[in-house]
Amino acid sequence: MSTKKVVLRFGADIADKPVIYKLVKDYDLVINILKANVNPQKEGTMVLDIAGEKADRGIDYLRQLGVRVQSLTEEITQNEEKCVSCGACTDICPSGALYIDRPDMTVRFDSDRCVICHLCVKACPMRAMEVRF
Amino acid sequence: MAVEKTFQEINERIKAGKAVVVTAEELVSMVKEKGVTRVASEVDVVTTGTFGPMCSSGAFLNFGHSRPRIKMHKVWLNNVAAYTGIAAVDAYIGATEVPEDDPLNSQHPGKFRYGGGHVIQDLVARKKVVLKATGYGTDCYPRKEIETEITLDDINEAILFNPRNAYQNYNCAVNLSTKTIYTYLGVLKANLGNAHYSTAGQLSPLLKDPQFRTIGVGTRIFLGGGIGYVVWNGTQHFPGRNLVEDGNDYGYAGATLSVLGDLKQMSPRWLVGTSMIGYGATLTVGIGIPIPVLNEDICRFAAVGDDELYAPIMDYSDDFPNLKSNNLGFVSYAELKSGKIKVNGKEVPTAPVSSYPRAREIAGTLKQWIQKGDFLLGEPVQLLPNAEAGIKANALKG
Repeated sequence: MSTKKVVLRFGADIADKPVIYKLVKDYDLVINILKANVNPQKEGTMVLDIAGEKADRGIDYLRQLGVRVQSLTEEITQNEEKCVSCGACTDICPSGALYIDRPDMTVRFDSDRCVICHLCVKACPMRAMEVRF
Repeated sequence: MAVEKTFQEINERIKAGKAVVVTAEELVSMVKEKGVTRVASEVDVVTTGTFGPMCSSGAFLNFGHSRPRIKMHKVWLNNVAAYTGIAAVDAYIGATEVPEDDPLNSQHPGKFRYGGGHVIQDLVARKKVVLKATGYGTDCYPRKEIETEITLDDINEAILFNPRNAYQNYNCAVNLSTKTIYTYLGVLKANLGNAHYSTAGQLSPLLKDPQFRTIGVGTRIFLGGGIGYVVWNGTQHFPGRNLVEDGNDYGYAGATLSVLGDLKQMSPRWLVGTSMIGYGATLTVGIGIPIPVLNEDICRFAAVGDDELYAPIMDYSDDFPNLKSNNLGFVSYAELKSGKIKVNGKEVPTAPVSSYPRAREIAGTLKQWIQKGDFLLGEPVQLLPNAEAGIKANALKG
């Protein structure tokens, strides 16, 4: 059975709804939650592995609710050979995945917190942030 | 008795393996602990470092002569034009030149993924670079075009010559407008969304000898991973002080250096091609300068820490582009490095554009070179103009 990786982005109005339960119960999908986060503004981000015959219908259901769904075929990595720890990305990154480790001032990347927005890929002067498919 | 040392005495100690060398970062805490008088007598050399984008950089190359000969009229390296309005097979590849078919900012913000700085990094990485040249043909240089591959080892000379590097101090850039702007100091978010700065603070070479008491023509330095020299002041060398009407003195700013060295002994770790989104291509350069502790005053200047070094906060949406001399106040490097500052009453996240960890590594490397006796101090044949020279910037009319 093929699986599909998707990124879900919820507004604050949906973040408290049991949507994953619905995907399992009503659409008979096998769900593996790879990443889930609710920010202080109560907006949610979730990365799922979805498997099941009704996967497309399940995704349609999410979209009807107002969840933004993107397929995830990529991840962001920090090329440590290229990164010089300048820091120019760290206040551009919206999720805190890129940050400065103080007092050393080294730039670190926590991929678990990355929401794959690509802002760092554009902003990095050394082109050290790479997209992997 | 006040300590007085000469370059010669310190060099003798370096040769004998007896010189006491510390980085500027180490000196700051040493002087806080032991006091300047004692440290000045103990320490011989203070090493500094900086690693940031420096646009006024480039390299003179001599490609050697082809058979038959060509007098190059236009030259491209990996499709990036080099300036060849000098002798037949000499050219200067500048850090900010971009390929002629680059879309630039036609789709704003442009990416500027490759440029002269990247060519220089590819050369020092010993990668093959495509050389294309055209000529108009002369009796002694009949050939009209050539396309070949070169490496740094194949060509005759490669001299890194950067007419303006190592800015003494720099603005902390913010954006007061309501839209994101793309600057040479990085991406600045609207409504004071962030603040970028680009100086190594307490490690930064020209903040540690702010009156040019030791740095001048002939100072031997760490340049791009190899050995280079200060050859003159830089362009736009306007050494001055940030004195404010309220009586506060926010220290030194405005000085720059011209530096030169053999590209062949440099390294791609310390000369890095750089792409500033929406702005252009450039080169990030590693520079480290040793400061001999000739007396207590020099030691005192070199021991000033991040909490006593200041950057002016400048708006890059209006004040900077329109050459207005306003600033939004001063902020210390200690505050900038903490990750947030206050501007107009608002808390603003900060980020550097120059690498402090790499600056520290440069100061550490230079310290090792000197400790091993490999690197002697170059005594300047002429010191550079300092704030007392009163050099003022000319503006371009029109």
